[in-house]
Amino acid sequence: MATYATYNYDVLVIGAGGAGLRAAIEAANAGVSVGLICKSLLGKAHTVMAEGGMAAAMANNDDRDSWRVHFADTMRGGQYVNNWRMAELHAKEAPDRVRELEGWGAVFDRTPDGRINQRNFGGHRYPRLAHVGDRTGLELIRTLQDHAVYLGMTVHMEHTVIELILDNGRAAGCLAYDRERGRFHVFAAKAIVLATGGVGRAYKITSNSWEGTGDGHALAFRAGAELMDMEFIQFHPTGMVWPPSVRGILVTEGVRGEGGVLKNSEGRRFMFDDIPDNYKPQTASDPEEGWRYTQGDKSARRPPELLTRDHVARCINREVKAGRGSPHGGVFLDIAWIKEKIKDSETHIKRKLPSMYHQFKELADLDITREPMEIGPTTHYIMGGIRVDADTQESSIPGLFAAGECASGINGANRLGGNSLSDLIVFGKRAGEFASEFATKHGQARVDDGAVERAVKVSLEPFERGEAGENPYKVQADLQETMQALVGIVRQESEMRDAFERIQQLKSRAARVGVVGHREYHAGWHTCLDLRNLLTVAECITLSAIERKESRGGHFREDYPDKVAEFSTFNIVSRQGAGDSVQISHVPIPPIPDYLKEVIEEQKS
Amino acid sequence: MKATFKIWRTHQGTTDGTFQTFHTEVSEGMVVLDAVHRIQAEEAPDLAVRWNCKAGKCGSCSAEINGKPRLMCMTRLSQVNLDEPVTVEPMRTFPPIKDLVTDVSWNFRVKKQIRKFKVKEKEADGTWRVKQRDIDRVQEFRKCIECFLCQDVCHVLRDHNKHEEFIGPRFLVYAANLEMNPLDTDDRVPDLKDQHGIGYCNITKCCTKVCPEHIHITDNAIIPLKERVVDRFYDPITRMFRIFK
Repeated sequence: MATYATYNYDVLVIGAGGAGLRAAIEAANAGVSVGLICKSLLGKAHTVMAEGGMAAAMANNDDRDSWRVHFADTMRGGQYVNNWRMAELHAKEAPDRVRELEGWGAVFDRTPDGRINQRNFGGHRYPRLAHVGDRTGLELIRTLQDHAVYLGMTVHMEHTVIELILDNGRAAGCLAYDRERGRFHVFAAKAIVLATGGVGRAYKITSNSWEGTGDGHALAFRAGAELMDMEFIQFHPTGMVWPPSVRGILVTEGVRGEGGVLKNSEGRRFMFDDIPDNYKPQTASDPEEGWRYTQGDKSARRPPELLTRDHVARCINREVKAGRGSPHGGVFLDIAWIKEKIKDSETHIKRKLPSMYHQFKELADLDITREPMEIGPTTHYIMGGIRVDADTQESSIPGLFAAGECASGINGANRLGGNSLSDLIVFGKRAGEFASEFATKHGQARVDDGAVERAVKVSLEPFERGEAGENPYKVQADLQETMQALVGIVRQESEMRDAFERIQQLKSRAARVGVVGHREYHAGWHTCLDLRNLLTVAECITLSAIERKESRGGHFREDYPDKVAEFSTFNIVSRQGAGDSVQISHVPIPPIPDYLKEVIEEQKS
Repeated sequence: MKATFKIWRTHQGTTDGTFQTFHTEVSEGMVVLDAVHRIQAEEAPDLAVRWNCKAGKCGSCSAEINGKPRLMCMTRLSQVNLDEPVTVEPMRTFPPIKDLVTDVSWNFRVKKQIRKFKVKEKEADGTWRVKQRDIDRVQEFRKCIECFLCQDVCHVLRDHNKHEEFIGPRFLVYAANLEMNPLDTDDRVPDLKDQHGIGYCNITKCCTKVCPEHIHITDNAIIPLKERVVDRFYDPITRMFRIFK
């Protein structure tokens, strides 16, 4: 066998966004040796793009808030198919995790009495999002990064994992390549934490960076782990739509939190036209009440623009389809109107939403303090992912843990804005803690040379096919078109069956992709390797979406537009079947304990 | 409409390179990174370019466009003259890896040399109380996306290669963020003078001009730090006080 650079760690963390960094910090603090692999440079992961804030019931801005309200909000937002234990842990632990960041150097915006300021967000009853203007993700990742590098872990930047390697059913290590030289590296570890983020790059219009190719999902799947809730994808209601090259880039929900309103081409605030029954008691009855809510009036209820993301995205979709959209196929998001309410609104908007101001000014030549933005839904987040134990974040493979977006459970059918950043730090910490515990209790597993060689061989095949092979970019673009058109925001059986057939064809095309040249920093080759992962998650998404014959949260079926009680009793799980197939099954949701049931009931009014 | 791009390509196995010319289709609203991606997808799949968010938030796609340090994702084609070829080349202050990608690992090593954040004790109620006005400036520094364009343009690094003696504008901003954080208790002033080479900066403000986050690097970070160094080590009255203390 050829010799490759090899490394040995107690805990290997794959992914260095918020969850991966937090896991690595926890493991390093537990005294085990830690390796951290990231696809990009350190500090560039998709977490930097998170804008609005992290949800934690610290009750700084409204003392009625508590973990109970946060828990109930999360379950309601997730349409009660969440893992209730994860939702509970998350609501209880998020405040400590946020305060801990402050102790590590994070500089949050302040309340007048000097505490961490919290803002309103969709689906959260009280102002709950600790934030830094509209660049909270940057603050989170930089704080964790600057804290982590002093803890003695080894960071492998610009490395991509190709395959996980098991030893007798237990996680043992992985094979990776480095972008710089295209060399292979073998990592052996006693425990592995996957924290690889999302799958947005399976779609054409997405807010996700290039890294969102479902690596962790697919690596775990191929290793035999279970993926759960893959049908639940969040289409964020507000992405940029114009110019074409920026289509999909996120426009923070914070715009609506600060008083921004949605209007159609007729100038109508259409969100007042469709308010779901279970949110009616909490929703403003007129624009004036909604405005007061955004300005911190505790007696006011939230405007309908701050309903959950799945609902707002569908309302926008409906307006566009009905011919009431904006010139470039979106609707209008207007924050400039607040000049009617606030003196010097221009300065106010620039202070509250600096990077949004910047983004529109530089990319669309538009001044958001004067004109409305054009926005439309964009593929933003996958609620589904690796099925894990709520307390330990361990997957069905011993020694393999997962945290953050690539794991599933906390969000159910729809994630509330702000629950992602807090998810990263709550469950990143837990994954790091239990992975190091596992590493302490277990010896080194064996990384099989044969498995390494097989993975190396497969990854070099595109070079063997060379120019005779298919263009990988073309295959990727066709996959993105397929998912966008057929498994998008509004779904139906016949289209998804069609998508499934096309994915099978794309799989055989992906097996024929070829590239020429050398392995150094070769984007074409990297795309060949990403394709496998994208196709795996696309297939799991499609089959799970066909299986769920109802509409719930992020999953909307035109042919089954209503929620069906029977479907609230189980989650849909994908696992590897015979050959190259995906096997779909139902796993029952464990009954919710009485004390949590009471919390949900008490918060229903 | 077609436009011409001259993109720096390194020669296989060396650090030398030459410009390669591409004619590619461009349309409204495109940024330089879009053009580079189109070239990559259609003509040169092995073209190396580092990028990530494509929204000006991660600071990965730094390059020199028509000789000016810029983020490729935030440079609209409408801002450059398309009648002439557009040149795109890597940051020249860092060692080349391939094509537009450079080795910026020096920056990560430098950061570790700066004394880390050391938080003060919590208040009696278990929180830290801080006034917004006391952190406005620190928050300006924390907007930094670590694109390293300021390091690229700094002549102390670019022309004089003082990488071993001078930490560069990015890390002076980083040090300033820690020094001015009301919760921090450590002292980096001696290091700034002795280890970090703050004296090398002669405030030409080149760094400030290229900062995509519009951080006032020179005025708000470097000059106040220089003043702290001067007050501590060179002010005659303070020095007298210290002698007689």
